[in-house]
Amino acid sequence: MAVPLNAFLIVGALIFSIGVFGVLIRRNILIVFISIELMLQGVNLTLGAFSTFLEDMGGNVLVLMSLTVAAAEAAVGLAILVALSRTWRVFNIDRFNRLRW
Amino acid sequence: MTSIVQVLAFTYLAVLAVVAALATVSLRNPIHCALGLVMVVFHVAGLFVLMGNGFIAAVQVIVYAGAIIVLFLFTMMLLDLRQQGRERTFHTRQLLFAFPLAALLFIETAWVAASRTEITSAMKGAFPPSRVDELGGSAQALAEVLFNAYLLPFEVASVLLLAAAIGALVLARRVDEDRLAAPPSPVADAAGQAPADGGEERLRGSGATATADHGEYGGI
Repeated sequence: MAVPLNAFLIVGALIFSIGVFGVLIRRNILIVFISIELMLQGVNLTLGAFSTFLEDMGGNVLVLMSLTVAAAEAAVGLAILVALSRTWRVFNIDRFNRLRW
Repeated sequence: MTSIVQVLAFTYLAVLAVVAALATVSLRNPIHCALGLVMVVFHVAGLFVLMGNGFIAAVQVIVYAGAIIVLFLFTMMLLDLRQQGRERTFHTRQLLFAFPLAALLFIETAWVAASRTEITSAMKGAFPPSRVDELGGSAQALAEVLFNAYLLPFEVASVLLLAAAIGALVLARRVDEDRLAAPPSPVADAAGQAPADGGEERLRGSGATATADHGEYGGI
């Protein structure tokens, strides 16, 4: 393999950091959610790179598990979003400042 | 020769993935953000192919681009995005904190990632490329581990997906308060009440099955 492990890890770290930046900076709750998926992409890349370079399949199993959890999280999160939008009719995350209404 | 191709392919995929990630967090329209995420997913899948891990790349494209992002787009279609008004993309005060924090996180992680580490043969696992080829490919090698050492987590993941599907149905169901308060008229009964109740019954039924499944797999 001509590309070293470190290169893959740095790309993974960069994608994760951009995801964190998105979560911190955006106020539209949909985009905050998309940024969380972006963070999961960075983590998947890191896990896959370690799995390949250490020649161990455990990392790839973890990638599959993380995909499963991401799918479950997206389904439940978007359902919560639909319920929230029926009640509040806005998507600005600053407006969701009460746990109960 | 192949090494040059690998380096070029890695550079292209890495640069495009990062640019698409930046587009994802900085575009104003949520639909454009979702499409940026599709680009990130495809390029990360390309990086997986470059690592010789075709199966994970395929799963990545099918599950992420095919299911999760389509779910996002369907939700955006259901919600009326025009209601939100015009959102300013960046708020200066927020940027003042968010950018240094994210940059610090990247510097920390990149510091660790770039530090020189020798991969000794003692650190390596049981699946060198020769063994993967002998088994017939990355999918077979993954199955070898997934269905032996990780069988219980694999089964629990199916229960998790079932619970998430039921939870999403319950959360997003439209609760019609008038209909709950008023006694059901024959018309409402025929039109809406009966299917709603039927749905609830089905949900309860699946919930019971989920618990039963969990108990069964817990015994393995």
